[in-house]
Parts: sequence; C-alpha cells; structure tokens
Amino acid sequence: MIRFEPREPASLKRLILIPTIAAVTALILASIPIAAAGLSVFEAYWLMATGAFGSLFTFTEMLTRATPLILTGLAAALAFRAKLWNIGAEGQLYAGALAAVAVGSGWIDAPTYVLLPIVVFSGALAGGLVMLGPTLLKTRLGVDEVVTTLLLNFIIILFVQMMLEGPMKDPMGMGWPQSEPMLDAAALPKLLPRMRIHAGLIIALISALGIYILLKRTVWGFEIRAVGENANAARHAGVPVTGTFIKVGLLSGALAGLAGVGEVAGLKGYLTADLSPGFGYSGIVVAMLAGLSPIGVIFAALFIASIFVGADSMSRATGVSNYLADLIVAMSLICVLISGIFLRFKVRFIGRKSVEGAGK
Amino acid sequence: MNANPNDAPLVLKLDKITKRFGALTANGDVSLDLRQGEILALLGENGAGKTTLMNILFGHYVADEGTVEVPGTDGSLQQLEPGSPNAALEAGIGMVHQHFTLAENLSALENILLGTEALTSFKSSRAKARQKLESLMERSGLSVDLNARISDLSVGEKQRVEILKALYRDARVLVLDEPTAVLTPQESESLFSTLQKLASEGLGIIFISHKLDEVLSASHRIAVLRGGRKVSDQPTEGCNKRQLAELMVGKTVPESNRDSKEAGAPLFVLQNVSTGQGRDAITNIDLELLSGEILGIAGVSGNGQGTLAKLISGLATPQSGSIVLNGAPLTTASARQMIDAGIARIPEDRHKDGIVGPMTVAENLAIETIRKPENHRFGFLKFGAIAERAREAITSYDIRCQGDKAPARLLSGGNIQKIVLARTLDASPVVVLAAQPSRGLDVGATADVHRRLLEARARGAGVILISEDLDELMRLSDRIAVIHRGVLSEPEKTESVDRGTLGLRMAGQSKEQAA
Repeated sequence: MIRFEPREPASLKRLILIPTIAAVTALILASIPIAAAGLSVFEAYWLMATGAFGSLFTFTEMLTRATPLILTGLAAALAFRAKLWNIGAEGQLYAGALAAVAVGSGWIDAPTYVLLPIVVFSGALAGGLVMLGPTLLKTRLGVDEVVTTLLLNFIIILFVQMMLEGPMKDPMGMGWPQSEPMLDAAALPKLLPRMRIHAGLIIALISALGIYILLKRTVWGFEIRAVGENANAARHAGVPVTGTFIKVGLLSGALAGLAGVGEVAGLKGYLTADLSPGFGYSGIVVAMLAGLSPIGVIFAALFIASIFVGADSMSRATGVSNYLADLIVAMSLICVLISGIFLRFKVRFIGRKSVEGAGK
Repeated sequence: MNANPNDAPLVLKLDKITKRFGALTANGDVSLDLRQGEILALLGENGAGKTTLMNILFGHYVADEGTVEVPGTDGSLQQLEPGSPNAALEAGIGMVHQHFTLAENLSALENILLGTEALTSFKSSRAKARQKLESLMERSGLSVDLNARISDLSVGEKQRVEILKALYRDARVLVLDEPTAVLTPQESESLFSTLQKLASEGLGIIFISHKLDEVLSASHRIAVLRGGRKVSDQPTEGCNKRQLAELMVGKTVPESNRDSKEAGAPLFVLQNVSTGQGRDAITNIDLELLSGEILGIAGVSGNGQGTLAKLISGLATPQSGSIVLNGAPLTTASARQMIDAGIARIPEDRHKDGIVGPMTVAENLAIETIRKPENHRFGFLKFGAIAERAREAITSYDIRCQGDKAPARLLSGGNIQKIVLARTLDASPVVVLAAQPSRGLDVGATADVHRRLLEARARGAGVILISEDLDELMRLSDRIAVIHRGVLSEPEKTESVDRGTLGLRMAGQSKEQAA
C-alpha cells in the first residue's frame, strides 16, 4: 500500500535534485532503444556528450540551439505561472520572425543602432499581439486559450507560407519560398568569430533575469502569482485579474516573438517556413522541466539543446536515427512530471496492517 | 427526555480508540457505546475529534489503537474489520455526512439504490425498491419525492434522502454529522422528531453537534469530547447548558455582547437594487446601514445573501438600482473601488476567496494594499516594510503560524480568518461586510471574530453581518433583516425579534404569518 503525505514547500536542494534525477532516469530508460539498435550505450552517450560539449564549435552550436529554447521556455513559464495556457509559442515565434524580416530587409534604411532595436521591438510586438487575441477571448468570452493558441499556430505558419510565396518572396531566391535577406544593419552581432553563436543568447539571458525579477520582486509579479495561484481570491482582494492576464499574454507572446527575431536576425538572415523545428512546443517542455522557474528555464534549455545537438552528432557518426533525441526529451518530461509528485508529497510504503485513507 | 433505553442491547461499542495524525492526537483512548433505540449526542468544539471518531467508525480511517465492535449474527459483539466502509455498511452502520454525498444529476430513488445493486444483474428491481422505500417513508415520516432530481431538492429534502439511503440498507446505527448546520430551526425540529420516531423503532442514533440547545432537547445521552478525549458521558437528564459549555471548552469563554449605543447617520445605502440570476438572485433590495451599528441579515444559504455579499464586495454590478456610500453614489463596481472606498469585505468562503494558499502569510496580508505606496517603490516591492507590517499583524491578531514566510494554506481555518480580519479591519474601514464570518470556526476563533466586529462597531463603522447562525445574529446585531428568495425584509430592532419568528421567516413565511 502506498500513501501520499503532503509535504511542506520543497527546499531549493530538492528542487534541483529531483529534476536532475529525472533527467538521469530518462537517459537510462533511453539506453534501452539504443541497445536495441545494436549500439554500445556508453559509446552512444559519449558521442552525444562530445557532440554537445566536445569542442568550442560544438559547445557554441549547443548554445545557439538553446537560445530560442530559453525564450520560448520563458514564454511558457511566465504564462503558466498565471495559469494562462499559452500553447502558441510556435506561432508567436513565426510572427516575430515575420515582423523582424518585414522591417529589417530594406523597408527601413538606418544605421544598426537605430534599425536593430526597431527590428527586435517589432518582433516582440508581433508575438505579443498574436497572443493578445486568445487572451482577450479568454477574459471576455471565456474561450479556452489552449484551443485558440494551439490552432493559431497553424494559421500563422500558413500565413507565413503565403507571404513567402507571395508579397515577401525573394525575387533573387531562385524560386525558393524564402524572404529577401535581412540588411547587415538589422543583423544581431555574432558573439565569436567564425561561430554561429549570436547576441540573441544575451537577449535570452537578460530576459530570463528580467522575468525572474518581475515575478519575484515587483507588484506586477505579485499580482501574476496571485492570479495564477487563486484567481478568485485575487479578484476579491482587488487585483485586476483581466489586466494581469493581458499583461502576461502580451509579455509571453513577446518572448516567443523574440525567439523568432533571434533565429532570423542572428542565425539565418532570412525567413523560410521551416525556420523552427518546433521550438515553440519544446519551450513548453523546457518550462515544465524548469518547474516554471525563469532561472531554471536557462538550465532546462541547455539540457534539451545538448540532447538535440548531441543526438544529431551521434546520429551522423553511427547511423542511429536522431529521433532518439525526441525520445530522450519526451522521457525526461515524463520523468519530471512524475517527480513532481515527489516534490509535493512524501511517499510512504506501508504494510496492509496499517492501511488508511489519504488523510483528511 | 422520555424512555431511557438503559437495558436495551448494545448495537455499537467503541473500545479505547486512539488515532494520531503526526504529533496531533485526534482521538485519545475514547470509549463509547450505543444501545438500541438510543439517541446519543456527541458534543464538542471544532477540532475536538468528533468527526475523526465517526470516520474511524465508518472505516474511512483506521484507529492506531482500540476496536469497533458490533453485534454479529448471534447477537454477541464482534470486532468490525477496520478500514473498510463496506464492512461498516454490512454491519448496518449508516452515515449522513455534513456535506451530502449525493449525485446531483440522478433522482432520489437512483441515489438511494446506488451501490446496492449487483453490477452483474441486468435489470434493476426498481419496483421492489420503491415499495420498500414507501413503507419506510410511511413508518418514519420522512417523505421525499423519489422521482425528483437531487439538484431540484431543498437542503432539508436532500438530508432526508441521505437518511433514507441509510435506512434502505437496513441500518441499525445512524450517524449524523452536524445535521442541523444547514437547516432552518423548523427543519431542525422536524428532523429531531423524525429521529425520535426512528429511535423508538429501535434504531441507534449518534448525532454530532456543537449546538447546546439541540443537544439538550433531542438526545437521551450526551458524550462530550474535548481535545480528542472523552471528558463526560451522562444522561441528558440533569445536564445544563452552562455545565456542558464548560466541559466542551474547558474554560469559560467570555461571551462578546454588544453594549447598547445610539447608532449614527445613514452610511451605506442600497436603493432598489436587483442583480444576479437564478436561485441566488436578489430583487429590489433596499438597505440602509447606519454608522455604529451591526445590521444582521438572516437567511438560509442560497436565498440571495451570496449575491448580496458579492455586490457589496464589488464582484457583481447592480442590474438596476444604486449603491450610495456617505451620500456619494458608487457607479462602477469593482473590488478595487470598494477597498479604496473603505469597505472591508470578509468573504464567506475564506479558502476560495479569502487567501491565496501557496503565497505567504505576509503576502496575503499585503494583497489588498499591494499597490499602495507603503508596499512598493516604482513597482518594486518593499519586502522589509511588508514583512514588518506582517509581523505586527501576526502579533496583534494572534495569528498562529510558523512566521510571516509560511504559506497561508498551512494555517488552520481560524488563523486564515484572522489573516482576512487583519488585512481588512486594520485599514479602519467605514463599512464592514462579514459573510458567515464564524462558519466552521471553533469557539475561541468565533469569539475573536465577534470581538473584532464589535470593535469596528464601537469605532463607528457600519457592519453588515450575513449569517445562518441565529445565536450569532441575536447577540451581535442591533437590527436584523431576513432574506428569503432574494427579497430582503425591513430590518427590525433585535430586542423586538424572537428566534422562532425569525426561523419561520427564514423559511419563507411573511411577518404576519410568522407572528
């Protein structure tokens, strides 16, 4: 017989320890299919580790991959803290990228220190506005935002494809559905010579710190937490619940939009409809792994990015499919969600003799 | 009480029951027996261990020590299998919980049959069941429309369905947990006369209560629990209120009584206000609250007082009519506006509307004033000042907690109520709305709440007290109005009101009928 006893708030040590154990468990579980594919488990994980951390190049590649994940992870974590279920980071990312390309590929001609802030701001604004719709539908009409944000993803991606086939198609693009390249003045600077790592990482880290301070130290953050934990009591105590949802929605969408800005202005230089391999959805996983903590999001994003980059590299070396990365990520999420039970409850195994109900 | 069934056979015996939850001993060495045809009242404060004891009896909990014994087929006492509600049902123990366990979308008949029919039988023998129930209803005087949906029944009718459910299963022992908490005085009386009838037919009855009057008038024997231990067990004959109260509380609790005092000018006025929908709507309510008075609003839950509280809390807007505070109309209603206007609101459901459980005691104390300059600078929280004020409130309101950083959800109901009192009353409000402020609180916490409300009154604030507890209303209010089906009566001076009439009017009779 298993009994669950509610636990006092978990200590910081436990908050760090339990997700780590969950990640390790996921790696152990994932070794079963690796072994089934006929590979030495240790060799595979060694290849993955070197593929993510083996050289300066692979390390910066991993950081480049983590950059959008931090931002979409923050988008999800912030919204989820207010119990605003934004599943639409993918679409908001594309909206941000589209806006960045629209203003950054020749429409405005200005020096970097003017153009770049405009590009970054437009991307954030576009992401925020995309999230504003579902938020207003939720607060005014009670429409479930899980459905609206999720479905909006497809609408936006199809809209981007339409733009890339039509008005925004690059005339010099040999017929490929891609936008005109962004101006050099609109590009995020590279952080290291000859590497792909770009200033988007700095934006992501500053955002994480900013969201941390917002939630922890400000009146708005206080209200966001209150609305998320008990909207009824918050409303009764005079907290503007609707206004808080709107702020959170705008900010969450803006963070996802920034992820899109980073990908076009820092990495690709132009927009295609396959810009994101699901960064928006992975952001949800990142946020859950991080226990919705903004600082935790950084580490969770690094973990997931190293799995993806490492698995790609291992796949190239061994021929094992890089779908393994998806498998490991999915397993870690499941393990973390299960470990959430251990954060909230003490689990006791007891004999049949002293069986009893699960407390009052 | 008549007919003391002293020599009737035992139908239940609890022997030296001990139950601990961590460091707390909920029941310590409690023994209790019940004879056929006897009505036993189990008296005690909230937290005295009454409900825990009954949950052990019913198999929801397992006692750490001690046994529950019931007569077996041969009549001798046998131990009941612990931790098994099914065994308890088999043994003929029926329980009517404080919060009913009925499926709202099924009919009364279906609810009674739930769980009694074998899963494998194809046709349910409704006709036979109905026959049995009809004869049961006739014998006991419990009448219910068996075809009615539970959601259409009144609280009293639902309770009758619960009792019928137990009787249908051939209960020999019936346990009722605070059966009158939700009933009008008249409904309570009819319940007790039914219980008398059932007892005279041989049913053993235990009812749990903390109301002295009903315990004295309706039981054969009274057992008092305090702090998890049985402190008294004696025939009702020869008991009196004062002695029972002292047994229950262990010390004499100073009763808060209001001093007589002239009320002031009209402070807060509702003019012809209607709002809400369905059962809890209010229609054309006129209310005039004077400064320095407590205006009691009596009524059975679900008659519009919830909507009235929402309206004054700023969570509902009047569809027609107007709200005037200090001569100035309040136009758009919002909780923020009510707080800023100096209206303190104590919500009915303190867990749902009063506190944000996972946030700290300090944060819950600051939440209403979080946007005031004393709590932030340029939008950044002043943690020092917030914690400082929290510690002051914890001391002056005697909030028992592990400190200002403890999550509020870990506190007991009484201490949660103290958080609400501290944050609303500390701002010296001009109007106080207290909705069911002592519901579910023990005697000590209730006395605290009453004292605070009287203090606000003495300061010159107007207090609106919405309550179902007539004792509370009669003791605190200067004037009492009755709300029924969303219509509020003209308030009357408490001195000229008597309990019986008040009860009848809560049940819907007009003033003339009730008099």
